[in-house]
Amino acid sequence: MNPLNNILTYCNEVAFDMNFTKAKQWKAAATDRALIGFLPIYFPREITHAVNGLAVGLLGVGDRKQIIKGDAYYQSYICHLPRGIIELALDNSLDAFDGFIFPSICDCVRNLSGMFKLAEKGKFQRYFDYPQNFDALIGGVFYGQELNKIIEDTYQVNGVKLTTENLNHSIALYNTNRKLIREIYNIRQEYPWRLSAVDTYTILRAGLVIPVEEHNPMLEEVVEIISEERGEPMDNIRVVITGSFCEQPPLGLIKSIEMAGCYIVDDDFMLGSRWIQGDIDAHTEDPLGALTHAYLTDSTFSSAMYDVGNPKGKRLVSLVRDRNADGVIFSAASFCDPALLDRPELQKTCDEAGIPHINFQYHENTGQFKVIKEQAGTFSDSIKLWA
Amino acid sequence: MSTQTKEAIKEKSMIIQKDMLARQFHELSITKETGKKVVYTFVPGNLTELILSFDMLPVYPEINALQSGMRKKSASYIKEAEKMGFSEDVCTYVKCDIGMMLNGNIGPTGEKLPPPDLLLLSYTGCFTFMKWFENLEHLYPGVPVAMLHTPYQEDGRITPDQVEYMVKQLKEDVIPKMEKVSGKKFDEERLAKMMVNSAKAEDLLVRILASAKHRPSPIDAYFAGVYYIGPIFTAFRGTEEAVEYYTELYDEVMERVRLGLGPVTPEGEMKEEKFRLVVEGPPNWTNFREFWKIFYDAGAVIVASSYTKVGGVYDLGFRHDSTEPLESLAKYCMGCYTNMNLPQRVDLLAGYVKDFKADGFLINSIKSCNSFSAGQLMIMREIEHRMEVPVGFIESDLVDPRYFSYANIKNRLESYFQMLGQRKIIMEQETEKIF
Repeated sequence: MNPLNNILTYCNEVAFDMNFTKAKQWKAAATDRALIGFLPIYFPREITHAVNGLAVGLLGVGDRKQIIKGDAYYQSYICHLPRGIIELALDNSLDAFDGFIFPSICDCVRNLSGMFKLAEKGKFQRYFDYPQNFDALIGGVFYGQELNKIIEDTYQVNGVKLTTENLNHSIALYNTNRKLIREIYNIRQEYPWRLSAVDTYTILRAGLVIPVEEHNPMLEEVVEIISEERGEPMDNIRVVITGSFCEQPPLGLIKSIEMAGCYIVDDDFMLGSRWIQGDIDAHTEDPLGALTHAYLTDSTFSSAMYDVGNPKGKRLVSLVRDRNADGVIFSAASFCDPALLDRPELQKTCDEAGIPHINFQYHENTGQFKVIKEQAGTFSDSIKLWA
Repeated sequence: MSTQTKEAIKEKSMIIQKDMLARQFHELSITKETGKKVVYTFVPGNLTELILSFDMLPVYPEINALQSGMRKKSASYIKEAEKMGFSEDVCTYVKCDIGMMLNGNIGPTGEKLPPPDLLLLSYTGCFTFMKWFENLEHLYPGVPVAMLHTPYQEDGRITPDQVEYMVKQLKEDVIPKMEKVSGKKFDEERLAKMMVNSAKAEDLLVRILASAKHRPSPIDAYFAGVYYIGPIFTAFRGTEEAVEYYTELYDEVMERVRLGLGPVTPEGEMKEEKFRLVVEGPPNWTNFREFWKIFYDAGAVIVASSYTKVGGVYDLGFRHDSTEPLESLAKYCMGCYTNMNLPQRVDLLAGYVKDFKADGFLINSIKSCNSFSAGQLMIMREIEHRMEVPVGFIESDLVDPRYFSYANIKNRLESYFQMLGQRKIIMEQETEKIF
């Protein structure tokens, strides 16, 4: 097998392993390690890494696991992601986890934190309240307090104290991670045929369940491989996908869009890994302050963040322009209030900017892609023929 | 269904409240003439006293939506918003409000509501509120938005850091924007004076809702409860008018207790109290009277509900405090029901089952409201396990009539009431055996 295939085989194995075998093996290798699960979208994994922890992304079960118990905990009109997560908790797949982080992105994830409390899963269950005030002296102070709560929670698990040196080191590692991901996206912007969207997604998703020290060399290798010409350019349109930041689309859906003639040149599938747009200061006496500053000033746009004076629509249009994309696909999970309530305004902004768009909804375990493929194919044809 | 044509029987306090609301909406309709500034904001964690202290008028979009639901106007408003691109899946309060705005923003009394001069995005216990006002911000371009982020009671308590965070937001962002819009300086003394009235009304409301501990309960703490909370959860908290209303209501309820009377329903006094229930979740507004009728026809009275705590869980002891007005506003916002974590909610509901000697626990799960609905099935299991009472579960929506299936709901409730009835018989038989 060639090196890229080796990487993809490995990533496929770990990224969709609903038993989190790799992460559990990592934890079992030493007694003072902490395994922390976190839900979408963003969690500053640096603070866990710096105290000998591994933050593992819990993105639902997709079409990889049949939900049996989880459905008994959720009404039909609640999105799919939490029922998959509660399924994992109830069938003991998460038993090795020490704690769980629930970022404040919507009411479903918020209430799931309470369900974990009631079910007494993990040693701590932390709802991570992100400030919607972006003044350093107000929201910044609050964010710092929230970070400290998680650091203290983890200390109670493994007794490892946070040091400035360790946090700077962790920040540097994640800076590298983000930089390499940016490079992959930049190469794909020019040459999307060199690495498919499905493969890109799999490689990024694997990074949420293995240590960053293992993911970074893998990403470096991918960058090296796709820096050379490979694959065959197709007569495809170039699209940006938005709205899939939490409950993840099944791989088949991403593949269907590609096969229908759309190169996905940007997306928000793994938004958490790309949340901070630039490097965070990794040589500072106040690394927590640096993380806070990055969150307040260098976050990407998202439906989970109040867009004071910097509307998401404007930022989406900029992204489309920067990526030289032909159109936007609004792809949101069914019953996802944040994504679906943003959609009309984002569509309007695209209309005003002359950017064509289509939209559809999905579940993480959607099994039928024919309609979506036809829709994406028609979109592609219409742009190729008429744009 | 025939109840729609009959004139509902109303308590005196309901008539007083109707007049209060009519005056409020009239005042809103003449702001062009009076020059009064208008603040759009939300019920849970509202800053009514602060708004009134600047002589501005509050408008609550979710109240407009529920009123539209009760007046059978919500279906067309929702369709209007869906035509704009809003998914069928999302909150119908938002769609109803936006549809109403697109249709001329005519309020419940038939008078036009003024556009906002300030959007006060104080979002307590509901993430969708933020998305709602982001949409309104685009629909009312140029109108300033004051954001007040209310931290969730993640640890089951309100911490000093959280209070400080909120007070800083009030001082640095919310109050300066209110000063700018109203053209008036912030008057802390005036705010504090209003809070004395707030606390008086809050005391009275707690005593009114606690009256349901009597047998028979003199009130229905859900269907009638939504009327009782009206003034205090909306534009009147902090006013003399609210204190007068709650004094009248309290006297009325106490008189019913003295006479041993049951609750007043739209068809008159409920004669026999067969079942006492605790209800979790908001009511359905599009078919409110039909929904209520299913209960009172079966002799079921709601003795406590979580919905009447969305604008403040005063029975846990919180009162607006004139000695620390801003801190008090912060604590108020954080203390509202949907800002409590799930274990707190379970404790509260279990306490209601015990304290109000309820025969059962029922959830009306609302399709539109994830803040309430997500996790309710686990709440139900917890209550069943802890309290050993029969639990029931029905589903409907706030203001989308497409999600109110009368036959299904009636069927389920009748089965539930039958189960409660059977259980009562069995329990009585067992008690007889013991003695």
